[in-house]
Amino acid sequence: MSDDTLALPGDALREGVVSALRDALGADLLDSLIKPNDDVWVRVSSEAWQQAGRVLRDTVGCDYFCFLSAIDWMPSPYGKSEDDPTAPVPERSTEIVQGYAGGDTRFQVFARVTNLSKHFGVTIKADVADEALAVDSWIPVYAGANWHERECHEMFGIGFTGHPDLRNMYLPTDFEGHPLRKDFPLLARIIKPWPGLADVEPLPGGDDDEEGAES
Amino acid sequence: MTDIVSTIREGNEPAQGLKPRSELTARELLREVGAVLRMSEAEAAKLGDIPVDPSEDQTMIINMGPQHPSTHGVLRLMLELQGETVLRCKPIIGYLHTGMEKTGENLTYMQGGTNVTRMDYLSPLNNELVFSMATEKLLGIDGDIPERAVWMRMLLSELNRMSSHLLFMATNGMDLGAVSMMIYGWREREDVLRFFQKVTGLRMNHNFIRPGGVAADLPEGWRDDVLHLLDSIPPRLEEYDILMTGQPIWRDRLQGVGVITQAEAMALGATGPILRSTGVEWDLRRDQPYLHYDEVEFDVIVGSYGDAFDRYAIRLNEIRESIKIVRQILDRMPTGDYRIQNKKITPPPRARIDESMEALIHHFKIFTEGFKVPEGEVYVAIESPRGEIGCYIASDGSATPYRLHVRAPSFVNIQCLPHMMRGGLVADAVAVISSVDPVLGEVDR
Repeated sequence: MSDDTLALPGDALREGVVSALRDALGADLLDSLIKPNDDVWVRVSSEAWQQAGRVLRDTVGCDYFCFLSAIDWMPSPYGKSEDDPTAPVPERSTEIVQGYAGGDTRFQVFARVTNLSKHFGVTIKADVADEALAVDSWIPVYAGANWHERECHEMFGIGFTGHPDLRNMYLPTDFEGHPLRKDFPLLARIIKPWPGLADVEPLPGGDDDEEGAES
Repeated sequence: MTDIVSTIREGNEPAQGLKPRSELTARELLREVGAVLRMSEAEAAKLGDIPVDPSEDQTMIINMGPQHPSTHGVLRLMLELQGETVLRCKPIIGYLHTGMEKTGENLTYMQGGTNVTRMDYLSPLNNELVFSMATEKLLGIDGDIPERAVWMRMLLSELNRMSSHLLFMATNGMDLGAVSMMIYGWREREDVLRFFQKVTGLRMNHNFIRPGGVAADLPEGWRDDVLHLLDSIPPRLEEYDILMTGQPIWRDRLQGVGVITQAEAMALGATGPILRSTGVEWDLRRDQPYLHYDEVEFDVIVGSYGDAFDRYAIRLNEIRESIKIVRQILDRMPTGDYRIQNKKITPPPRARIDESMEALIHHFKIFTEGFKVPEGEVYVAIESPRGEIGCYIASDGSATPYRLHVRAPSFVNIQCLPHMMRGGLVADAVAVISSVDPVLGEVDR
């Protein structure tokens, strides 16, 4: 490997990532966040998603693809499925609050790439608009994104334009719904409430105790 | 009628199947051979133009798995064979899919360990470690973990690397017909697991490394047990060398089989021994040090040919390196606390529960409601026996992760299978799967 193998990850490198993306993408670099001595997050517009990948690979030197996935920022209307099943369903806020580097939409795709010679990684995000739930595929940039995008498509229903093979990997072909979306209930918890959430057996001496004693 | 025929032929997973080449267009063919890097569009188009005469077309599509013993769980491969040559290979996964990421979003950080530890069930401690480290980073206590806990984590994760690689030795031998090797590898692994059982109470799926430290201190006599392991395993590794490494049949069976080039491995994001077998020096223990790996001496084992033999040799020598690391850990193991003393995340000691009502309530609250973790996002990666395992957690300030994503090394390595298989013999397919050493629990999550 090159001479700079021993260069330690530093915030200067992370600032370099942000400025390289800003130079290449201009206004398409929407936001960035550098946590000192830790990590960097950038957010680009969905149109610039693939180009941002190219810049990261060719200009920034992040030649190693780590993973790609997505987040659904609309909180689940089911909560954590830990409510008393006998009580009325509580009101829950489904207000969308995005994480680091902000956002405007319910869904975000995010990926991580690593620079193997300078030993740092970048997490890059892009908003995916609800009306056109798709971004460009990263396969032309990082071939390894293939399965990650398939998984993401299956779990979130996000399309990847240019992906050759967006078929289900895990679930049956005719499966309906996208399990990792927050509005997809965790059925195991709904069918059978979490043990201990409520006393399902009536207490002795209760109103319907006599009836139980006779039968 | 045609519908019935196609249903019968394709089974109940029509979309996943591998179609005969006579039914494929060039574009699909390009996709199926996974030829992003090996073949240009023009070359693939040429392949698609070959007129297919059913009487001439001598290829055959066979299913290998999901119950085939050499597929290490429930991996299914569809292979297109011409004679004994594998033209195409398509891995089909999902038989173990249980939605662990979704489940993880409904479990508190305290319960999360029991979930992630079941992903890569051959290196459970590494999974717990990466989850705990991610949680600690979100809590902002990653610098406050007591020294003894950190060194204990290193000890356990290195021993886990040994046990995982020893199992690889066993299964690799078994897959290639060296059946006695299976017994030997299993025997050594069992020695390590016996130590785990003594420390954690369980052979596998320990949930021992937890946010804030580890679950319990090392038991009495642990040092002798580790020393016993360190003394008994190296001579057996020498035996493996005699039995396999230097043996001509073994070399013939592995050398030049399942080759992946450096460019391919990098582009596909291959990780761990697969990546290192192509000559890329990338080991997170050295290159992005976590715990105290920057304070111990060890070598990163790198191959040069990217074949199955390199991957075997890398794993064998990584056991030796782990032994080296464990010896240094024994010398440096400090005394002190095994978990952080932070009321928010540490349950009170067992003895306090008997005498103090508040301690009992506190204990109950921590284990039922969990502890709240500040808002934020974090990605932590460590080197598991299979490569870079990463944990991405987005927290919304509650007691459960808002989004939990695990970057599973086996998942990306399985993606490389079509590239390694192409053009090889069907008998070598077994060697290739074995050399990737996938754990399907982690692939499917």
